[in-house]
Amino acid sequence: MTSLTVHQTPEAHPDTSTPDPHQDTFSKTVLGFWMYLMTDCLLFGTLFATYAVLHNSTFGGPTSHEIYNLSTAFIETMILLLSSVTCGLAVLASLKNAKASVVAWLLVTFLLGATFIAFELTEFHHLIQDGHSWQKSAFLSSFFTLVGTHGTHVSVGLFWMLVLILQVFFAGITVDTFRRLVVFSMFWHFLDLIWIFIYTFVYLMGVI
Amino acid sequence: MFGKLTPEAFIHEGSQNFAVIMVVLTGIGLAALLTYFKLWKWLWKEWLTTVDPKRLGIMYIIVALLMFMKGFADAFMMRLQQALSVGDSHGFISPGHFQEIFSAHGTTMIFFVGMGVVFALMNLIVPLQIGARDVAFPFLNALGFWLFAAGAMLTVVSLAIGKFSATGWLAYPPLSGIEYSPGEGVDYWIWLVQISGVGSTISGINFLVTILKMRCPGMTWMKMPIFTWSGLCAMVLIIFAFPILTATLALLTLDRYLGMHFFTAGGGGNLMMYVNLIWAWGHPEVYILILPIFGIFSEVVPTFSEKRLFGYASMVWALVVITFLSFVVWLHHFFTMGASSNVNAFFGIMTMLIAVPTGVKIFNWLFTKFRGRIHFETPMLWFFAFVLNFTVGGMTGVLLSSPPVDFQAHNSLFLIAHFHGMVIGGVLFGFFAGFTYWFPKFTGFLLDDKLNRYAFWCWFGGFLLAFMPLYMLGFMGATRRLDHYEAATGWHPLFIVVFIGAIIILIGASIQFYGLIESIINRDKNRDTTGDPWNGRTLEWSTPSPPPVYNFAVIPTVSSVDPLWAIKRGQAPKPAETYEDIHLPVNTPLAFFIGMLAIAFGFAMTWYIFWLGAISFIGILTCVVIRLSGKDKFEIIPAEEVKKMEAARRSPASA
Repeated sequence: MTSLTVHQTPEAHPDTSTPDPHQDTFSKTVLGFWMYLMTDCLLFGTLFATYAVLHNSTFGGPTSHEIYNLSTAFIETMILLLSSVTCGLAVLASLKNAKASVVAWLLVTFLLGATFIAFELTEFHHLIQDGHSWQKSAFLSSFFTLVGTHGTHVSVGLFWMLVLILQVFFAGITVDTFRRLVVFSMFWHFLDLIWIFIYTFVYLMGVI
Repeated sequence: MFGKLTPEAFIHEGSQNFAVIMVVLTGIGLAALLTYFKLWKWLWKEWLTTVDPKRLGIMYIIVALLMFMKGFADAFMMRLQQALSVGDSHGFISPGHFQEIFSAHGTTMIFFVGMGVVFALMNLIVPLQIGARDVAFPFLNALGFWLFAAGAMLTVVSLAIGKFSATGWLAYPPLSGIEYSPGEGVDYWIWLVQISGVGSTISGINFLVTILKMRCPGMTWMKMPIFTWSGLCAMVLIIFAFPILTATLALLTLDRYLGMHFFTAGGGGNLMMYVNLIWAWGHPEVYILILPIFGIFSEVVPTFSEKRLFGYASMVWALVVITFLSFVVWLHHFFTMGASSNVNAFFGIMTMLIAVPTGVKIFNWLFTKFRGRIHFETPMLWFFAFVLNFTVGGMTGVLLSSPPVDFQAHNSLFLIAHFHGMVIGGVLFGFFAGFTYWFPKFTGFLLDDKLNRYAFWCWFGGFLLAFMPLYMLGFMGATRRLDHYEAATGWHPLFIVVFIGAIIILIGASIQFYGLIESIINRDKNRDTTGDPWNGRTLEWSTPSPPPVYNFAVIPTVSSVDPLWAIKRGQAPKPAETYEDIHLPVNTPLAFFIGMLAIAFGFAMTWYIFWLGAISFIGILTCVVIRLSGKDKFEIIPAEEVKKMEAARRSPASA
């Protein structure tokens, strides 16, 4: 099966094969989800702006030079980028209608995502242990909020992935699960992109 | 167990107790009526679980109307207080309670009345105008409504349990920080605005995709009705602006709950950042409210002038330009912050620029009327009042856009008069025009014309009396949010005039409400059997009143801006009568459940009852997972059935 036949398989709605715009669920959902990602992008934009404003408001607390660990951040980046690749492989597998590989690649993606979260939580834990909690200064508040919001998104993605794995496992690749898989992969790639910005603006520029 | 919630939260001042008792009695009365007439099942099946945009639109109007009563009661109490509290007299409201009242008034009117009427009209009109049977995401549409309703209900809860925010409708820190507002008021405000704001974002995405993807064949960009254009622009604004609000509120939440330092005075926080962020949302917000109103008048004026809209293309461009400019003027809300004069000058000039596309619109409407056959129906009366109020309010806005003038007039009643001219003389009057115009479309009968006209004159006269003196008071130095002033200021007579204006508005609103009830009771007198009582131009008037659940039996094909006029004048063929199976989404209770759980969540977070917060959050998550695990279900109306339904409504015997 090619990608075209998958989203035109007239399984759920008999008339998706006719050019009736009113039943075109796939393209509407994808466009709608793009809109949602744009709103999320603006939400992150606000947090980035906040970070930029408060970056130097250390209020006697540590500066970004003192607390950032570039090597950890680099490993995190690699893990997340790799998880994007495996997520993409899951979508490719779904185009071949290979249910088992979709589930397998999603599981790999899940493990990578969970590792990323584990790294991030460890980083946060160390910071707090060293007395650099978010209550210390405006800079740390904005750091924890920006990075933590991304982490929350990844955690939501992990939860979503579990639901998706179960759906694919029980229902197979249908019009509905395929659409959800595509939408999820958009979300996951988007989080990757946001992380690239965080890595650049927060970590790299923070230690220069 | 109950967090910060103690029995004291139920003890209030006299006027508030009265309001609480009224709300509770109304609730009990409604429940009793529903039980007596055995309507619970009907309410559940036809309304609470519906995904039909026509039903949701009507529910938006009902919530907005109830919230308007609350917001108006707040306004009325403030004006009464100001008429009484002069010199030795201190009126009937304590200063603390007065602060809660003006905060509640602004919050209610903007978030629940303004946004309510915008989404009501989007739901009612847009699918019909673009020739669609439905919206892009029916479930999200219902969810948007229920989150909006949840926010509204949380506002009412704050009336009965605890105190509301006393920090103004935008809750500037550091006053709204935990140090200076340790109570539950600001938390109520945060959560109810956050919940309804998320609802607005969801609804905005839904309508944007609906307009982008679901227009009927032939409806290209420049053949879209202007109301739909204005809706499109407003939805773009929502998508760009509301995430900023969500983030800003989240930062304030983190400051208050987790001791962060975004906006605190200590810890290196930056309070002016809040003011910047909140207005980066707040200024587009006022255009979200007014753009659809421009759309309404662009429908009303040509219809009642029997002419096509003058300058369609310039109207569209004016809308788009306003959409863009509304994002580069936010700083004019705080010129006095102390930005450099160059920054102030930039924002001042940008603000003045907005007057240009707005002026284009006013002249387009006036030229539409030029040599037209003008019908003085009530929507047109609202239009005339709108032009006057909006021009006066707009010109004073241009005055305020000049930073040196703003330094003199900021925070004064002059500003209050300006923006009430825009939101009452603009948004509200525009909504009334649209409400009167489209009312028969959704109910099948017209509003009582005579009562409507009385209401109009009361509103118009009352508005002038209630707000024109505020310009003078502003120049005399009266600031906003005053609960007391000295007799030597000489403001007292004008405040009494203002209060008389408020009474006349109250009479107008009461007549309007009575007129609505009267029209419903005597609906057989004013039936609209044609579906097109005003000789309309756009597709919604080609359907019967009220439209069938599927809107259009045959999806129309469009070849001009005024497709119905084209058919009436024989310039376009009548739609064919070939019927097909129609797919409609089935009702779902999940949106309603999520809304109710959101109330529990907001309430729990406000009072620090974290176990309840966790339970309701897991409940919301469960609803979402259930929704995401099911198949998209459609109800199919077979072509034969459609044919029968269409035939039944054509034959006069069954009408």
